[in-house]
Amino acid sequence: MPDAHAAAAIAVMAAGTALLRFLPFAVFGGRRTPALVARLGRLLPCAIMGMLVVYCLKDVEFSSAAGFLPQLIGGGCVAAICAKTKNALLAIIAGTALYMVLVQAVF
Amino acid sequence: MRGIFRRAVRDTVPVMTGYLVLGAGFGLLMRANGFGAGWAAAMSLFIYAGSMQYAGVELLASGAGLVSVALTTLMVNARHLFYGISMIGRYKHAGAAKPYLIFSLTDETYSILCSAPKDRRYDLWVSVLDQAYWVFGTVAGNLLGGALPFDTTGVDFALTALFITIFVQQWQSTRQHFPALCGVGVSAVCLWLFGPDNFLVPAMLAIAAVLLFAGERKEGGEKDA
Repeated sequence: MPDAHAAAAIAVMAAGTALLRFLPFAVFGGRRTPALVARLGRLLPCAIMGMLVVYCLKDVEFSSAAGFLPQLIGGGCVAAICAKTKNALLAIIAGTALYMVLVQAVF
Repeated sequence: MRGIFRRAVRDTVPVMTGYLVLGAGFGLLMRANGFGAGWAAAMSLFIYAGSMQYAGVELLASGAGLVSVALTTLMVNARHLFYGISMIGRYKHAGAAKPYLIFSLTDETYSILCSAPKDRRYDLWVSVLDQAYWVFGTVAGNLLGGALPFDTTGVDFALTALFITIFVQQWQSTRQHFPALCGVGVSAVCLWLFGPDNFLVPAMLAIAAVLLFAGERKEGGEKDA
C-alpha cells in the first residue's frame, strides 16, 4: 500500500543508488586522480562490457534447448552481423527480431 | 547542435526499444501492487536504475525494513562504482551538467558513452534521452496496463544485443584484448561459482584485481600515466 513507509523506502533506494554513482567522483575526481585508479578506469570499459554481456545471459540453463539456444543463436547473430557489416543498429534489430521469433514461435 | 542531437537519437534507438518495454513492464508491476503512475514515475525519476526498481517493487510490496532496503540497493547497484571510476576522466570538465550526468549513468548510457568520441553536449543528450524513454515507458505501462496490441516477449533482448555490439566494436578497435577477455572470463567463472543472484560483486572485485595485477605486465612496454 502506498504510504509514508513506501516513500521512505523509495528515498533510501534513490539515496543508495546516487551514493554509488557519485562516490568514485567524490573520492577520486579531484584535481589529481591516483594513477592506479586512472589506469583501472582506462582498462575497465572493455572488461565491463564483457561483464555486462555475461550478466545479461546469466539466467541461461543448459538442461533444455529452450534454456540457451535462443540466446546463443540471437547473440551469435548480433555479433556476426556487427563484426561483418560494422552496422550496430542493423545487428541489434536483426538479432532481437530473430530472438523474438525464437522465443515466441520456435521454442 | 542539430547534428549532435540527431546522432544522440540515432545511437540511443536500441536503448529506446529496451527502455520503453522494460519501463512499461516496471510500470505495470507497480500498478499490480497498488501503486499509481505518480509513484512509478517518482521511482524512474529519482532512482533510475532498472534492475533495482524491479527489486524495489518487491521490497515495497513486502514492506521491507529500511535497512534491508539500503543493503539490497548497495548490493544490486554496486557495479555503478565501476562506471564512475571509468568516467572520471571523461566527466572531469563537464561543467554544470556534471551532477546530472553522474546521476543518470545507467548500464546502457554508460555503454553508449564509454566508447563514443568525447563531447559534452552529446553526453548530455544521450543521458537525457535515455531517462526520458525510461520515464515515458514507466508511466505508459502503468496507465495502459498490459493493453499492448502485440506480443512483446523477448524484445528486451535489444539491451543484451546493445551490449554485444559494443563489446564487438571495442574488440575491433583495439589490439589489446586482455581486458575484454578478463571481463568475460572472470564473470563466467564467478557466475559458475556464486550463481546468477550473487556473482556480480565478487566478479567486480576479481576483475579489478586481475586487471591491475596482470595488466601491469601486459602493459609493461607501453608508456603509462
